[in-house]
Amino acid sequence: MNKTSIFLNGIFDENPTFMQLLGMCPTLAVTTSVVNGIGMGLSTTAVLVGSNLAISMLRKFIPEKIRIASYVVIIAGFVTIIDMLLRAYIPSLSKSLGIFIPLIVVNCIILARAESFASKNKVTNSMLDGFGMGFGFTGALIIFSAIRELIGNGTILNFHIMGEHYQPALLAILPPGAFIILGLLVGVINLIKMNRGKNNA
Amino acid sequence: MLRQLIVISISAIFIENFVLVKFLGICPFLGVSKKVETSLAMGMAVTFVMAMASVITWIVDKFVLKPFSLDYLQTVAFILVIATLVQLVEMFLQKVSPAIYNALGIYLPLITTNCAVLGVALLNIQKEFVFIQSLVFGVSAAIGFTLAIVLFAGVRERLEFSDIPEFLKGFPIALISAGLIAIAFLGFSGLKI
Repeated sequence: MNKTSIFLNGIFDENPTFMQLLGMCPTLAVTTSVVNGIGMGLSTTAVLVGSNLAISMLRKFIPEKIRIASYVVIIAGFVTIIDMLLRAYIPSLSKSLGIFIPLIVVNCIILARAESFASKNKVTNSMLDGFGMGFGFTGALIIFSAIRELIGNGTILNFHIMGEHYQPALLAILPPGAFIILGLLVGVINLIKMNRGKNNA
Repeated sequence: MLRQLIVISISAIFIENFVLVKFLGICPFLGVSKKVETSLAMGMAVTFVMAMASVITWIVDKFVLKPFSLDYLQTVAFILVIATLVQLVEMFLQKVSPAIYNALGIYLPLITTNCAVLGVALLNIQKEFVFIQSLVFGVSAAIGFTLAIVLFAGVRERLEFSDIPEFLKGFPIALISAGLIAIAFLGFSGLKI
């Protein structure tokens, strides 16, 4: 596999949110506005790149039996760094993402990439994989949060899109809306996949 | 005090249900909810881990992290406590009930990465709960999780036999029905206690 395809793999073919359905908790919880979606996506990307880099460098030294525990500690270290940086420099974002920043530790995407990619591949490739998966996740969050913010608030990035007379459908930014809209979104992607399959056959 | 504990408990189970309102613990909620029986077993395992985790992380925070001002190690320390607990539950279940152990499969070690468990530990500290409040909050949150996953499994068992458009089969329809259950839980937010 060449470097470009490692990078693009995470964005399209194995998109963590839409294709692998990983990391659902932050996806559903913080996507009430595009700003939150971008913040969450980039924080996760930073942790993912850091942990992939560290795990890939240490892959020959970590004993097989305690590898999961070691990965979790490495990931927790990077999450703590990001948490402190956000609290110091972007306190408003840190406040609105709240408990979901420390909870990046238990985002399955990061552990999944550590186990299935970084522990078997070279350092540069692992970093590229981290960037690809991270941007794929961020992109998915932006699409999903844009839909929710547009329907639920009539805005995108706080710009009014729908005009003065739009009555926001509050349900979209309430918890049930998150489930329903994500369900429909994955359904639409399935539809596209099925049609593509038909054309190829 | 007792009144306060009841308020904590009711709001953790219904008004701020961990899964359906706060989105903590979505992975097992979607992953192990195909059958009522296994989802109930999952709920019990999570309940045990969450109760123990609330207690131990509270003690660790109060007597180790705070006195030595090691607050920045919170996330790392908590996740280690949880990982150990899950390992314990795994060994216990393997010995006592291999059937349930096999049914839970990969999702059993994955309780470590169940955000509801780490979430409850972090919320206990954030809300500045005292010991007994943390315990009640942990257990109630876990009961809320179990309630949600068992209800959802009941709905999904029926979905198996329904006529659903091809592109919505599986994951999408599961999410949409979770959304409908969440609407029902939204009704509890009007509860005044």
